[in-house]
Amino acid sequence: MGLFDKFKSLLFGKGDVSEGTQDEKPVASKQDEPVSAMHKSPVNEAKPADMKVEQKPIIQKPKEEKPVADKITVGHVHMSGCTGCLVSLADNYEGLLTILDKYADLVYCLTLADVRHIPKMDVALVEGSVCLNDECSMEEILETRENATIVVALGGCACYGNTTRFCRGGQQNQPQHEAFLPIGDLIKVDVYIPACAPTPQQIRNVCLMAYLLLKGNDEQKALATAYLTPLMNLAAAGTEACGCDLMTEVINQGLCCGCGSCAAACTVRAVTMQYGKPQIERDLCIKCGACYAQCPRSFFSFDVCGQYESITNLIGEVMKP
Amino acid sequence: MEYLGQYKAVYKAKAGCEDILAKSQDGGIVTAMFAYALETGIIDGAIVAGPGDEAYKPEPMIATTVDELLAARGTKYSISPNMALIKEATRSYGLDKIGIVGTPCQIQALRKAQLYPIGLRDVPDKIALALGIFCMENFPYQGLFQMVEDHCATKIDNVTKMDIGKGKFSVYTERGVNSQIPLKVTHKYEQPGCHVCLDYVANMADISTGSVGTPDGWSTVFVRSAAGEAAFNKAVEAGWIIAESMDGVKPGLELVTKLATEKITKNQSYIEHRNHAEHAALKPLRNPYI
Repeated sequence: MGLFDKFKSLLFGKGDVSEGTQDEKPVASKQDEPVSAMHKSPVNEAKPADMKVEQKPIIQKPKEEKPVADKITVGHVHMSGCTGCLVSLADNYEGLLTILDKYADLVYCLTLADVRHIPKMDVALVEGSVCLNDECSMEEILETRENATIVVALGGCACYGNTTRFCRGGQQNQPQHEAFLPIGDLIKVDVYIPACAPTPQQIRNVCLMAYLLLKGNDEQKALATAYLTPLMNLAAAGTEACGCDLMTEVINQGLCCGCGSCAAACTVRAVTMQYGKPQIERDLCIKCGACYAQCPRSFFSFDVCGQYESITNLIGEVMKP
Repeated sequence: MEYLGQYKAVYKAKAGCEDILAKSQDGGIVTAMFAYALETGIIDGAIVAGPGDEAYKPEPMIATTVDELLAARGTKYSISPNMALIKEATRSYGLDKIGIVGTPCQIQALRKAQLYPIGLRDVPDKIALALGIFCMENFPYQGLFQMVEDHCATKIDNVTKMDIGKGKFSVYTERGVNSQIPLKVTHKYEQPGCHVCLDYVANMADISTGSVGTPDGWSTVFVRSAAGEAAFNKAVEAGWIIAESMDGVKPGLELVTKLATEKITKNQSYIEHRNHAEHAALKPLRNPYI
């Protein structure tokens, strides 16, 4: 059963999904063994001595009605986060359907895909920070790194800790959970998408660029590399962010041009502009990293931004259903 | 040519409407373009540098009527963080088609925001018309205040117009030109961030405009993008803007190119200088350009 269909039906309620897809699916049944294996209960048939549950192909490759050969595989890995990043991904609305239809298979996502263990995938979007007191999280983050070609820290918590930086335990219903780290402190992260929540458009752009990077021609690969480089540099730069970065990395460095992008980007309105410069209300700052990343003087690529017109047109074109 | 960016056409132009010209800085292009775009629905509102609570201290504002646009006419030589309202324009004001005017750095910020909307949800597709203004440098308000009150010995509240041109910073009151100082006096009050700027004529705007290159009362206009071209041509057709060829106009593009080259090469060498460790610090200063 195609995830895309499943998702579409979730959104638009087109009747029973499994029934519909089984009816429409033409001949691919020979490759369907894993699916049928999953539906059959292996316990009844196997002798207890032969049972090796670990070897069963629990993780299924999603089947499409019209398989698109060169799609990339994307997973959403949920660490300690609020699911807001995932909601942002879904908030691409029909754009998400286009992405799932043409460019990416969602192979793992606790909320939207029925897959229990982290599979091999091209791109892992990791939401949330890692709780050191939770063994499962520790295992899964390492597993993610092992199984994903590109690990994307999705959102403030995964990149910089965000509000989980303020956690010190004692909360319901896991009072013993008190130590949280951005994923970059435990594994190597390739790309950062900061902000709380990251915007649907930024997630979309990264997904499309990842697709071009992995499946595109040379020219497209070059564009995708140029686009992703600043976000890769953010990932390489470290796991700490704060509104103070506007002071230490921009104003103290003599770079602020007073444009106000930081104030517009701040989710919690901790940044206001006073006499043309950012004023940071540090008590309000949640350490999501949006202000600094949005600043035109944190990174700016003439190669990419100079082509804003053609890139915007390209994105518009490829996102057509 | 590289210093002037890509453009489809360049004109000598001014607003067709006397009301706009009465208090505009030069040709009134920004006001006229936005007024036309508002009237015809190309934009729902425009982010402009409006009057602030102190004289000549600009505050970004969202103009949704021509009257509000008129109130924001004229250059204020200080920082108006127009990008600060880019998200608010789509929220409190509910704009779907935003116009924004900005200095080259602000237009760069805008284009970065469209391609990397890190904290700007649902904003990128709502930018309808971005007008850029030529900019050599900008002054923090306190710096501008010092220039006017201290060096020009003029009460800032009495100033009717400020102007930079022909190597001088001029302050006008109702009695005409009150005081002029050479630009070299003003350099120390410039915003430090301007010294790493590599753009003079807002290369990434839909339309960029400024006084340099054309006679008094006119502006030089670069039409750059498809959106800019469509809007500009319609505004000319409708008589909101009078546009003439730049051929034979003195000082013309030669001067624009000269100033652009000067600014950019000077700032490039400053960035280079910052990159060297011996520049005061143990580690090189940060270079924002990738």
